[in-house]
Amino acid sequence: MFIKHWIVIVFLIAGIYACNKETVTQFIGFQKPSNFPSPEYHFSTNEVTEAGFALGKKLFYDQSLSANNTISCASCHIQTAAFVHPGHSVSHGIYDKLGTRNAPPIMNLAWSKSFMWDGGIFDLDLQPIAPISNHVEMGNSMSNVLTTVKKSTTYPAMFQKAFGTTEITSAQLLKAISQFMVMCISSHSKYDSVMRKEGASFTPTEQAGYVLFQQKCANCHQEPLFTDQSFRSNGLSVNAINDEGHFAISLDSSNRYQFKVPSLRNSSYTAPYMHDGRFFSISEVLDFYNSGVSNTLNLDTTLKKNGRLGIAISPDEKQKLMSFLKTLDDRSFLLDKKLAND
Amino acid sequence: MKRLFLSISVIFLFLASCKKDSPATFNSNVNGPLSVEFDNVVGTTADLKLNNSSYYINANGDSLKVTKLKYYVSNFIFTKVDGSTYTIPQDSSYHLIIEGDSATYDPEFSLPEGEYSKVCFVLGVDSLRNTMDVSKRTGDLDVTDSAVSDMYWSWNSGYIFYKLEGTSPQVPSMGMMGKTFMYHIGLFGGKTSPTINNIKTVTLDLSQRGNAQVKAGKETNIHLMVDVLKMFSGNTTISIAAHPMVVSDAYSATIANNLVGMFRHDHTEN
Repeated sequence: MFIKHWIVIVFLIAGIYACNKETVTQFIGFQKPSNFPSPEYHFSTNEVTEAGFALGKKLFYDQSLSANNTISCASCHIQTAAFVHPGHSVSHGIYDKLGTRNAPPIMNLAWSKSFMWDGGIFDLDLQPIAPISNHVEMGNSMSNVLTTVKKSTTYPAMFQKAFGTTEITSAQLLKAISQFMVMCISSHSKYDSVMRKEGASFTPTEQAGYVLFQQKCANCHQEPLFTDQSFRSNGLSVNAINDEGHFAISLDSSNRYQFKVPSLRNSSYTAPYMHDGRFFSISEVLDFYNSGVSNTLNLDTTLKKNGRLGIAISPDEKQKLMSFLKTLDDRSFLLDKKLAND
Repeated sequence: MKRLFLSISVIFLFLASCKKDSPATFNSNVNGPLSVEFDNVVGTTADLKLNNSSYYINANGDSLKVTKLKYYVSNFIFTKVDGSTYTIPQDSSYHLIIEGDSATYDPEFSLPEGEYSKVCFVLGVDSLRNTMDVSKRTGDLDVTDSAVSDMYWSWNSGYIFYKLEGTSPQVPSMGMMGKTFMYHIGLFGGKTSPTINNIKTVTLDLSQRGNAQVKAGKETNIHLMVDVLKMFSGNTTISIAAHPMVVSDAYSATIANNLVGMFRHDHTEN
């Protein structure tokens, strides 16, 4: 008994020591997890530095980027919910105005080819302009934001440190926010540990779920990002505002009602689901694929195979799939102090 | 009387010296200034006035008043009488023309001395620049500039090439929008997924109404008339009642095809 206590105490001290050490270790920039593909983001024009990341984080959490100092990026992208707006089908922005789509997670964006549910934005650096200037989100203009930042007592020194010039430009502002966003990497789920052979292994149920996942879901939710980043119509009934998704961008009729395939990582924390947040549990989502798919325009061919709509999922298979999906949860991402507001 | 005579002779002398200047020899190793004036007009005679007291009438017979007109001109190429061309360096080739802000009417360029008989430019922003790194979006392309921010689609990354807004009794009532019409023409072809490409190139022959004699130390101005009513005619006659609002939709291509016809060379001040 005494020895056990002693061991625990030793470990605790070692742990504390390790934590302390962490705070003084050198800043490590962007690092690709070994089981991930090469990133899409153009690091050649925006290398992540400690000062740039710190500036980006401050901007991300700063409510003064909105027209009336009430909304920050983090208002609808909350770290403890894998950077989504938990419990909100659509988010309320400035003056509690409602948006039309579910806030997607700021997660593994360095691997994203396009942004937004409809893919309207093709460069992460251009992404923040949308919520900042959207009149139901932050309701501001980029010129106001730049003025605010220039007038601030803290920002100019941070820009100087990050970019080496006293001039503050829109490009620097946007690149700093990108530096923060590309560092929001979730790669420490049980699944990753299994794939990287770091010691963890799936339970028999998880393993069975993984096999089912590969048969029934992986066509669109491709590993290891759990999305193939394509746009697809998954048979959701058309919503009240007749959101036509990717069509609004491409103006090609074959893209009507197509939305980007979302990642399944951290799904335990990111409810509600779908582009309009209509489902509040994974169970509902799986039920939808089993029996709720409607034959909408441009319905994906993978959802009308074998003479039926959707994907056949038995109650037993559903439990196994749900058990596997939980292995994609990454609590360390939610609790990572490096990404939290200082 | 003597004084008058003196001043008259001075004026003559001055005029003569001006005349002598034009058939001068050019040194193509030296650059001279050249401005291109974008003079927004209505029809053949009237200068465009924002919120004009009376309505303008377009080819479809619709009445309209203009509250906003803005457009990008870029990628200027000038052709000499010998056929050789000079391309303005890209980084200084993007200009936003804003009706009501006279400082934007005359983009200025520096190009080798010579006699130029053709000007060619893009109405809009080319696809390459539309997809370039944010650090390359400076000057009239900087979205933090308040004049520029309403010429950029944040939700569908890309610049708006041409924007005309106003009011017309022909607009069907649409709730809060009232009798306003809106034409926001953009779309450069897309980067990650293909879209319509509404980028248009305007080529104007100067020889009929005056070539540009570019010479160092002398101002030369190519004066273009930009007839806003031509947006409603040309390839297709546009009905305001049928299309009061065209933003990011397929019909934007029909309007874009009319835009090129808005530009004509009026004269050159050498």
